[in-house]
Amino acid sequence: MFNLKNILGTKCLAEEEITTILDTADSFKEISTRPIKKVPTLRGKTIINLFFEPSTRTRASFEIAGKRLSADVINISGSSSSTVKGENLIDTALNLEAMHPDIMVVRHTLSGAPEMISQYVKCPIINAGDGYHEHPTQALLDLHTIREAKGSLRGLNIMIVGDIAHSRVVRSNIYAMKTMGMNVKLIGPPTMIPLGIEKMGVSIGYDLEGAIHDADVIMMLRLQKERQSGYLLSSIREYSNLYCLTSNFLEKAKDDVLIFHPGPVNRGIEISLDVMESERSLILTQVTNGVAVRMALMYLLLGGKNDNSN
Amino acid sequence: MNSVVLSEQDISRAVTRITHEILEKNKGATSLVLVGIRTRGATLAKRIIKKINDIEGLEVDLGVLDVTLYRDDLSAGKQNPVIEKTSIPFALEGKHVVLIDDVLFTGRSIRAAIDALIDFGRPASIQLGVLIDRGHRELPIRPDYVGKNIPTSKANRVQVLMREDDGKDEVCIIDALTKDNS
Repeated sequence: MFNLKNILGTKCLAEEEITTILDTADSFKEISTRPIKKVPTLRGKTIINLFFEPSTRTRASFEIAGKRLSADVINISGSSSSTVKGENLIDTALNLEAMHPDIMVVRHTLSGAPEMISQYVKCPIINAGDGYHEHPTQALLDLHTIREAKGSLRGLNIMIVGDIAHSRVVRSNIYAMKTMGMNVKLIGPPTMIPLGIEKMGVSIGYDLEGAIHDADVIMMLRLQKERQSGYLLSSIREYSNLYCLTSNFLEKAKDDVLIFHPGPVNRGIEISLDVMESERSLILTQVTNGVAVRMALMYLLLGGKNDNSN
Repeated sequence: MNSVVLSEQDISRAVTRITHEILEKNKGATSLVLVGIRTRGATLAKRIIKKINDIEGLEVDLGVLDVTLYRDDLSAGKQNPVIEKTSIPFALEGKHVVLIDDVLFTGRSIRAAIDALIDFGRPASIQLGVLIDRGHRELPIRPDYVGKNIPTSKANRVQVLMREDDGKDEVCIIDALTKDNS
């Protein structure tokens, strides 16, 4: 039923596996609302968070998820690791592996880094975001939040708006959403929509206002200023005029539309303050659910292999 | 070979008797809560609550526990089981909690359930009610209310079927050896 060794991306997840992850996360959610927010399930297991890129949400979420399952969680960030002294990534991973961790959670600026590490080490690897490639746990928590709010996923129209080209969240979400039978539409300035992306089974548009009416879910993306070389946009203000989700745009959307954002938010650039704080916005629910989804993944990955007994 | 040890009527009588014993020992149903262990234990707890309501006219709170996360045999090479929802939607402080399970065997899942309960608060007491006590305890755990004591061999399996979950009420012993040979 769930025999994956690693979670490197949503591309290779089957519908049944995604459903198992979301169902398990449903049951784990309650733990975070208890007076004592901890269960002894992963007592004695060690989880290493290896983060070569800044992160608040994802890293805290993985750390909290591990700790609520009673695992020992160790955080290593790129700037304080021996890579600064010139150690290469594989050597770092092999040295950490020599201390017998049970899961390594890896975030890296380079696409494919977690997968490369997984070829050298024996313990399960969870990709916490690699370059422009994938961010599978974000997509899974998005699906979990959508399913929780809407009841089911199949047939829903989702509109993803903004900096498609730089977004690993988009790629993971497209794979997972297509697998779950959702209709995905990408909206953004032409310079930020990669050529050929429609081959992933998505439709494309350049006009937020024209496409908003049939969306069940609107996912706004962060304008990744740190990844811009400057020539994709004439100005941030122009981008904002066309693609910032404001209450004026929202008036044309369905009454029960849900608004998502993977964070961190550039307030006023891709989403206006009042929309962000409106009751349609599930941005903080996404964060809450992220802990449950990551707990579910840790539980499932450490659950042994290939046995049908109960 | 399967042999039926409790029929639908036997189960109904046992549940009625356990209900009366719970009420007698706790002098009524005030400050009483029932917590069923998924899945059959929760079903039994619901039936007992209904009977308490019939007798005392009081609606006792129901909690449901999935003890999987507290088990001591996780990652013993087996696939982790599916986690069902746990729900204790009330405070345990000062309450007399009656844990309900279908079969008491090694006592390990009751140990897990007690640990889980304590994480939700400090009840005044925890008592244990089971439909079947089949022996072979591996921990110092003893039930307060028992539907029926059934001597078994360790190789036997005791199967409890509940109408709500399985379509009929029945308890039978399955002889693992004959089953494997058939």
